[in-house]
Amino acid sequence: MSRSDAIGLAYLATIIAFILALRFLSSPATAPLGNRIGAIGMVIAVAATFAQAGLHNYWSILIVMALSAPIGAYAARAVKMTAMPQMVALFNGVGGGAAALVALADFHHIAPEPGRIKADVGISIMLSALIGGVSFAGSLVAFGKLQELISGRPIVYPGQKPLNAALLCALLTVAIVVLAGPQRQALVIALLCGALSFGVLFVLPIGGADMPVVISLLNAFTGLAAAATGFVLHENVLIVSGMLVGASGTLLTMMMGRAMNRSLGNVLFGAFGQIVAGTDGAAAAAMDGASVRSATAEDVAFMLAYAKKVVVVPGYGLAVAQAQHDVRALADLLEERGVEVTYAIHPVAGRMPGHMNVLLAEANVPYPALKEMDDANPEFPRTDVALVIGANDVVNPDARTNAGSPIYGMPILNVDDAKQVVVLKRSMNPGFAGIDNPLFLNPRTVMLFGDAKDSVDKLIQSVKNV
Amino acid sequence: MHTSQIIIELTVLVLAIFVGVEVISKVPTMLHTPLMSGTNAIHGIVLVGAIIVAGLPHQTTWIRVVALVAVALGTMNVVGGFVVTDRMLGMFKRRRPDESE
Repeated sequence: MSRSDAIGLAYLATIIAFILALRFLSSPATAPLGNRIGAIGMVIAVAATFAQAGLHNYWSILIVMALSAPIGAYAARAVKMTAMPQMVALFNGVGGGAAALVALADFHHIAPEPGRIKADVGISIMLSALIGGVSFAGSLVAFGKLQELISGRPIVYPGQKPLNAALLCALLTVAIVVLAGPQRQALVIALLCGALSFGVLFVLPIGGADMPVVISLLNAFTGLAAAATGFVLHENVLIVSGMLVGASGTLLTMMMGRAMNRSLGNVLFGAFGQIVAGTDGAAAAAMDGASVRSATAEDVAFMLAYAKKVVVVPGYGLAVAQAQHDVRALADLLEERGVEVTYAIHPVAGRMPGHMNVLLAEANVPYPALKEMDDANPEFPRTDVALVIGANDVVNPDARTNAGSPIYGMPILNVDDAKQVVVLKRSMNPGFAGIDNPLFLNPRTVMLFGDAKDSVDKLIQSVKNV
Repeated sequence: MHTSQIIIELTVLVLAIFVGVEVISKVPTMLHTPLMSGTNAIHGIVLVGAIIVAGLPHQTTWIRVVALVAVALGTMNVVGGFVVTDRMLGMFKRRRPDESE
């Protein structure tokens, strides 16, 4: 067996490890083992790459790896679970950036050869640079929005869509020129810069509430960029791994779209959640004028303590306030009193798919207590108190009844079927999507205003005193 | 007949898509965040590509720097991705663990 065959077999082992890693993710019980198998697969791939004949610069590569590995490990250990969407966005960007740079470096290596680049390699280099660049810059903007370094609101200006379309056309033109004509390095660098700007301009007009979709889409992009790199270098391991990620990101993107009943086009180009000047304050005032009933922590504690069944509906507000541990403590207290407590999780609650599950898992909530939307909804008519913590759009009844609402048709958690609804909310401001919520005016709803963590802490004290 | 490399690679690509869709559609909603960070770690495989281009002989200095930056980004992607996924998955428990806070 030749050396290159042995390396090929090692890469095959890596592919098997990655598929098993995803396979084991079908249950929380097997998933940790799967992740470790995946990590072992990655180690095998890197070791095999170092064994490739004709590899130079061993030391500089090893030193760079030794210096950057601790940075990745530190970031992964230090990040709070509430900041996981940002973290995932950042790793996405880093991977996309790596793919784009690989394309740039490899183009330089191939270009001086006489004649044209072979079409397949050339196209792959262009795709890798384009998609990788868009993914890198787009992920950084998504990171900035989630970290609230820049506004989570859609940033729009006149002529935005024509400008973006023109930029995309220009990029494709440059790519074709590079493939057909003189293979100039400068053109590839221009392409890369253009891809970076496009990534920024593409994510800026997308609102914070749509971040779950954007993050999964960028995840797919980075996977595709990695697969394109595989075509450049003729390495199947890159093609397969990249496409596994591409498939995963695409599937998740579609699921998120379905959970919001919106097309991908609407998410990407709809600038959802813009504040339309003037209506915002007026709408809030109008809602204040209607009978919003505000309750004290004592009132709510009394309701909870004498309920038989309480369903907690968490949303992004819970993540922002870092209230997951307090919610768990409140649930413990209620369970000691014989109250049944479960959690209803909407597929797009939070800022990334499955965000709430991770937060509650961190707070030691056993995962069988977490109900998905389809299992949770039939339970609400038998629920005494639905405790909505920092969620808004995913419990907005307008989605069922008001054909004029921007979220009309989105499947929601039917908390208004419960005998009582308690909404913990900072103020009457509309949520991230900027839409009014008639749930707050429902006669069975009471509001408990304040930071989610403070409110839950007050509830804990009051339940103890009941 | 000798099948050209690009056809073999396209075959591999298409099969990978089908395997991916098949495997990922079995992942429960509850684990979608670990799925994202896990696949994040997997696309760190681009590190292999980065090592290969960084290891090419006769490079100009700035291209070597570009390739080494790619190695650095790829390494952070891989290490961070697997570590954060491991941390997250360790939190999912069927039963309440003994309180040790």
